[in-house]
Amino acid sequence: MSALAVEAVWKFYGDYPALRDIRFSVERGQCIALLGRNGAGKTTLIRILAGLSRPTKGFVRLFGRDAGERATRAQVGIIGHGIGIYDELSALENLKLFAGLYALPSPARVAAEWLERTGLDRVKDGLVREFSRGMRQRLAVARAFLHNPQLLLLDEPFTALDDRAIALLQGLLRDALHEGRTVLMSTHQLREAMELATHVALINRGRLAYTGERSPEMLADPGYLYRVHGEA
Amino acid sequence: MTFIRQILTVAAKDLRSEIRTKEAINASLSFALVILLLFSFAFDPTSETTREIAGGLLWLAFAFAGVLILNRSFARELQNDCLDMLNASPVPAPALFLGKALANYVLLVGIEAVCLPVFGVFYNVTWYTHLGQLVLVLLLATWGITVVGTVFSALTVNLRLREIMLPMLMYPVLIPCLMAAMRLSTVLIDGQPITGDDLAWLRLLIGFDIIFTSLAVVLIDTVLIG
Repeated sequence: MSALAVEAVWKFYGDYPALRDIRFSVERGQCIALLGRNGAGKTTLIRILAGLSRPTKGFVRLFGRDAGERATRAQVGIIGHGIGIYDELSALENLKLFAGLYALPSPARVAAEWLERTGLDRVKDGLVREFSRGMRQRLAVARAFLHNPQLLLLDEPFTALDDRAIALLQGLLRDALHEGRTVLMSTHQLREAMELATHVALINRGRLAYTGERSPEMLADPGYLYRVHGEA
Repeated sequence: MTFIRQILTVAAKDLRSEIRTKEAINASLSFALVILLLFSFAFDPTSETTREIAGGLLWLAFAFAGVLILNRSFARELQNDCLDMLNASPVPAPALFLGKALANYVLLVGIEAVCLPVFGVFYNVTWYTHLGQLVLVLLLATWGITVVGTVFSALTVNLRLREIMLPMLMYPVLIPCLMAAMRLSTVLIDGQPITGDDLAWLRLLIGFDIIFTSLAVVLIDTVLIG
């Protein structure tokens, strides 16, 4: 059973087809980099995979079940465009909140553990509105990982991170892949993406232009995929 | 058990956020007090007519002030796309809805508890003669306002004109609830208990709460995800 299967998915906004007949699957333990220009449909696809939007046609299965099912969502960790963190709560309160929503057995312990792993334990009681952009993004990473998800959906996860935070996130993703978890990430930072990816999918104007294993050429030259399979 | 814990977690989060920012509380409370004050200038507090419409004045103030609380309920989730993270979590939509409704309810009841004595002073009425029954009416009618308002708050959260759309959608649906609350409050403030024909209004309030709570719980998943 695939970790993630996208089957003939179309998404229309009014008359405009944002996604056109997208089909691919990702096996457990794989990391797929979802690439494409701005407006290609990457975020729309990730929102459908996260159960935040319904496809107009086709369907999406996560671990063999419908992506919209609440039980499926317990296995998914998300970093979206917004960080999904409350400004008026402290870092610790935010993580305890999400640990509670995911019904984890001891929210306070899990929250403290992830604050330490992301280097935010010294500011755990500080309100998020006082955090820098990088600190907020690290907290979003902790929020996405704290329930030990089997599938990670990451939309531009490296945005606003400094070098140390990028290294932290890459380390967490490597650990996740080593443990057999699945990662799908969309990004414009091709070098970071290619270093982690086992597979690549390229979307052009809502259509899947390429899907397959990441080749040595792609790692050596991150622009290779766009030149060969992208738009002219 | 998890369902109830999730409701309480969402409610506690909303209350903590609101108590820290005090955005909705300050706006709603001051608005309710100003309305009561202005109405007291418009009507002679000692006249019999004013006593006859006392319940109406009170519930108009509560309904208008309530919109300010309800508007913030889902709007506060827009910052940093927090609503997406709540929707993407395994929390069932009804638990999310009931958690937010519970927080709104606590805030609204708190505002009513402050306004009621002020109302008694401005309008020179002894509102506490049948305190138990008045509290019952307040709790039932406020739940009705909260349930309907929270659903429409979710429905209008992504609209640019949500501050206008929420009351436009909410008040027509609330007419039976407000009519019952106004009638029963007028009777109680006048010093009479709820008996005879007025029991039908009380039953209407209970029925309204049950029907709209059930409808909200069934429909909220569609409202939130579309």
